[in-house]
Amino acid sequence: MRFMLLFSRQGKLRLQKWYVPLGDQEKRRLGRELVQTILGRKAKMCSFLEWRDLKVVYKRYASLYFCCAIEEQDNELITLEVIHRYVELLDKYFGSVCELDIIFNFEKAYFILDEFLLGGEAQETSKKSVLKAIEQADQLQEVRAVSIEDLSLTAVVLS
Amino acid sequence: LFSGAARRVGASRRKRRNPAKMPAVSKGDGMRGLAVFISDIRNCKSKEAEIKRINKELANIRSKFKGDKALDGYSKKKYVCKLLFIFLLGHDIDFGHMEAVNLLSSNKYTEKQIGYLFISVLVNSNSELIRLINNAIKNDLSSRNPTFMCLALHCIANVGSREMAEAFAGEIPRILVAGDTMDSVKQSAALCLLRLYKASPDLVLMGEWTSRVVHLLNDQHMGVVTAAISLITCLSQKNPDEFKTCVSLAVSRLSRIVSSASTDLQDYTYYFVPAPWLSCKLLRLLQCYPPPEDGAVKGRLVECLETILNKAQEPPKSKKVQHSNAKNAILFEAISLIIHYDSEPNLLVRACNQLGQFLQHRETNLRYLALESMCTLASSEFSHEAVKTHIETVINALKTERDVSVRQRAADLLYAMCDRSNAKQIVAEMLSYLETADYSIREEMVLKVAILAEKYAVDYSWYVDTILNLIRIAGDYVSEEVWYRVIQIVINRDDVQGYAAKTVFEALQAPACHENMVKVGGYILGEFGNLIAGDPRSSPLVQFNLLHSKFHLCSVPTRALLLSAYIKFINLFPETKATIQEVLRSDSQIRNSDVELQQRAVEYLKLSSIASTDVLATVLEEMPPFPERESSILAKLKKKKGPGVVPVSELEDGKREGGELNGGGDRGPDSSTPSPSADLLGLRSAAPVSAAAPSAGSLLVDVFSESGAGGPAAAVNDDGFLRFVCKNNGVLFENQLLQIGIKSEYRQNLGRMYLFYGNKTSVQFASFSTTVSYPGELQSHILTPLPPVEPLVEGGAQVQQVLNIECITDFSEAPQLNIKFRYGGALQNITLKLPVTINKFFQPTEMAATDFFQRWKQLSQPQQEAQKIFKANHGMDTEVLKAKLLGLGTALLENVDPNPENYVCAGVVQTKSQQVGVLLRLEPNAQAQMYRLTLRSSKDTVSKRLCDLLAEQF
Repeated sequence: MRFMLLFSRQGKLRLQKWYVPLGDQEKRRLGRELVQTILGRKAKMCSFLEWRDLKVVYKRYASLYFCCAIEEQDNELITLEVIHRYVELLDKYFGSVCELDIIFNFEKAYFILDEFLLGGEAQETSKKSVLKAIEQADQLQEVRAVSIEDLSLTAVVLS
Repeated sequence: LFSGAARRVGASRRKRRNPAKMPAVSKGDGMRGLAVFISDIRNCKSKEAEIKRINKELANIRSKFKGDKALDGYSKKKYVCKLLFIFLLGHDIDFGHMEAVNLLSSNKYTEKQIGYLFISVLVNSNSELIRLINNAIKNDLSSRNPTFMCLALHCIANVGSREMAEAFAGEIPRILVAGDTMDSVKQSAALCLLRLYKASPDLVLMGEWTSRVVHLLNDQHMGVVTAAISLITCLSQKNPDEFKTCVSLAVSRLSRIVSSASTDLQDYTYYFVPAPWLSCKLLRLLQCYPPPEDGAVKGRLVECLETILNKAQEPPKSKKVQHSNAKNAILFEAISLIIHYDSEPNLLVRACNQLGQFLQHRETNLRYLALESMCTLASSEFSHEAVKTHIETVINALKTERDVSVRQRAADLLYAMCDRSNAKQIVAEMLSYLETADYSIREEMVLKVAILAEKYAVDYSWYVDTILNLIRIAGDYVSEEVWYRVIQIVINRDDVQGYAAKTVFEALQAPACHENMVKVGGYILGEFGNLIAGDPRSSPLVQFNLLHSKFHLCSVPTRALLLSAYIKFINLFPETKATIQEVLRSDSQIRNSDVELQQRAVEYLKLSSIASTDVLATVLEEMPPFPERESSILAKLKKKKGPGVVPVSELEDGKREGGELNGGGDRGPDSSTPSPSADLLGLRSAAPVSAAAPSAGSLLVDVFSESGAGGPAAAVNDDGFLRFVCKNNGVLFENQLLQIGIKSEYRQNLGRMYLFYGNKTSVQFASFSTTVSYPGELQSHILTPLPPVEPLVEGGAQVQQVLNIECITDFSEAPQLNIKFRYGGALQNITLKLPVTINKFFQPTEMAATDFFQRWKQLSQPQQEAQKIFKANHGMDTEVLKAKLLGLGTALLENVDPNPENYVCAGVVQTKSQQVGVLLRLEPNAQAQMYRLTLRSSKDTVSKRLCDLLAEQF
């Protein structure tokens, strides 16, 4: 896979993951053009298209488009299911995920993606294993979060 | 909410989110400040408000980072995360890298994680930081804490830079194969290594590890196999011999998966399909190798493939699209492998039948993939006939599919399944489709029709008709290669010449015929008009008048071609001599502002008056047959489509029996003959008194010498601008009416630019005026007073204007030149960017390596540097690069950079108010076809502007 983009129906990028080295400007240009291309397509059209020298696979979930640019020899159908599995992972983690979850917890969306795909290839396709890794990390975080809130409470009391 | 299956997955559970809290802060340690900030940004009503809010936040963060009070880890993490959010919104971030790097060495997982994410997204090749980052990664890799190790590996995989490959490519294989490495770490290590290998293959040496890596295919843990196989596939493609033991391992793994029940693999079963990802990857790996030699292995594999084909016929275990997608993903990958082997007729035909079913499936995605996959099947001798049976369905798809990308696939498949038996039908369908085809695919369709018509022509009159139809229907999309080719073929086959002359003569009767038709018509009548001259309806004079009636509507190259046709007429039909000489003698020819036309008119006129009939007949003899060679159209199609998409190679290597129009032995291929198209028309060689004598247009020749007269007109303005960054003279603009050439010279902070406006028409330009405008504040940075110009420009004449330029301070915008004039009543208005760029005021500075690096270090503040990494657009030839860098105006310093591949330059930009020293470094990476360009100067705006300009030059 060359890159993955999540964007809204209004064309706002919500997540971008690049697996090939490109300059920031180039990324912005590619992103902008591809988003426009896909938003210009009608519903019920094929989920695959040739775009420049790339194969593009995309699917819309509610207000969000998930879009992957893949290599010539990559499998389109399995890429569609890569997208679906990622949606399932987000859904399981956030609980009925919606676009807002991804906006406000963008870092989590990136972490989950890194557990699932690395370097553009599937690293772990088991839903359980990916979620276990993320939950473990969260447990490490929650301990910390409580102590911070305690501190700020004390601060309020003191003042 | 996300719809479909995903929503149902979560719908039954209560939301864990507390609605009273900040929206959507759900898990882990929600960073409250971050959520507030994101909320604020979302509430911004305008782009300006957003930018204002962001700037406020940036100022706040900057002061926090710069403040005396040491920040705790949580705050640092929060601010770094905000910066990351701002960057992802599309804004530039120029600080915070150091704080992110600090987070890497935090022993709190959460802080480390954010630090790594920031580095992954915003990697900066600042060498000092890279060293620190690599140190932190090194610590985490040796920490033996699997979560820390994974984070570090993810970061390497996300960045994938050469520096990281240098630091870790030796260590990671060790981690990958070590017996005590945790599974999750192995998975990350495998894909991390893959990314490094793709970026820097020379640094990743598997050597002693090869066999242990291959044996990961046997690993107990499915996740490890899934990750490792991507690495193994990539390595196998590059070193198939070293990895060939993977074939039998892959077959047995595949066999175990294919024969397992749908629940055997537990969490690796996806919607009742066992391990679809791994299955696809295994089938993909096998495509790196020929069929297994070992009979047992091969038997087992064929069994797997048959099972997969059988499963496609079984009723689905679930109605969900995920089930059928996963199942069919494996099926298509299996079919790819069957096609790759191309040795099992039984499997090939079964695959073809399966795809045939998909051609009429209600899922558009499946129809698309079936059409695509059948294209490759069509090129196998075993399945070609089976594919052909679907011709009606495919033609129907071309006509009725609602999605252009599907129609495109259908057109590709028709092209691939075409042979002698169905060529007439397919070509006719493609031609009729062309009339309504989407603009995006017309050019390619034209090429395909042209190739098929040539390839499978039984009689040449059909071929000629087809190409003329192409020009009629889609003239704009008929490239040079196509009409050159029809001429080549007509010249080489004398049985079709009379027919061709008759047909083009008829086609030219149309009142609005395409210019390409005029070209073909002019050429063919010039050569073979005599074959139809017996008929009074197409007598020589009628032919000439017909051609000449199109002359004034045509572009310069076509007119040039017509002039050559005229002189040939004088030879073929002496009775037309007086008429044609009259035309050549007219002012619009003999004084034409275009040097090529003028030269032809003068020379042809002279030739026709002084040469004897014999000399004339010898000079203007019929063109000799063209040497046979690969059709240049085919080359063009290949170039356009890239390898693999259309199986042109199959058509071209003559795998199927005979029938090639030009492949016959009668003329014999002659590969030593230098290539073709340039001289196809014999334009240069047909001009008998060629280039040596300077013609009356020599003034124009001098000024425009860099442009090569008669080339296609360049109408676009910005392009013109960018072409002049590294050169000072040439044609800035050209359209049908007007040509603008410039010559410029610069000294210190002063410059002078000569502008030449050439009227290319035979009609006067009235109210001709030019003005220069300065966008933004540019006027205070440079001065370019423009003297007035004569308001009348006669047809064919040229006027000149001198622009004096003074650079006051450095600048980024370019002044704009506006030209207005009336041509035959219509007001013409053209605006161009004048190529006055900051680099024009460069004074080269020679210096030795020690000086250079000393100054380089002095200019190390972040705002003094501008850097870009970009793809090579123009090839990476050393001499061309050097010429461009010299053209830039700096001194190209030899033997300064320790890496001889790199280029370094130095110069001083001279402005009236100050001098700005500039250092430049260009690092090509031939393998990746990329450059890294770094500019350092004492002024940030200069670095940035030069960097922007130069990044477009290489």
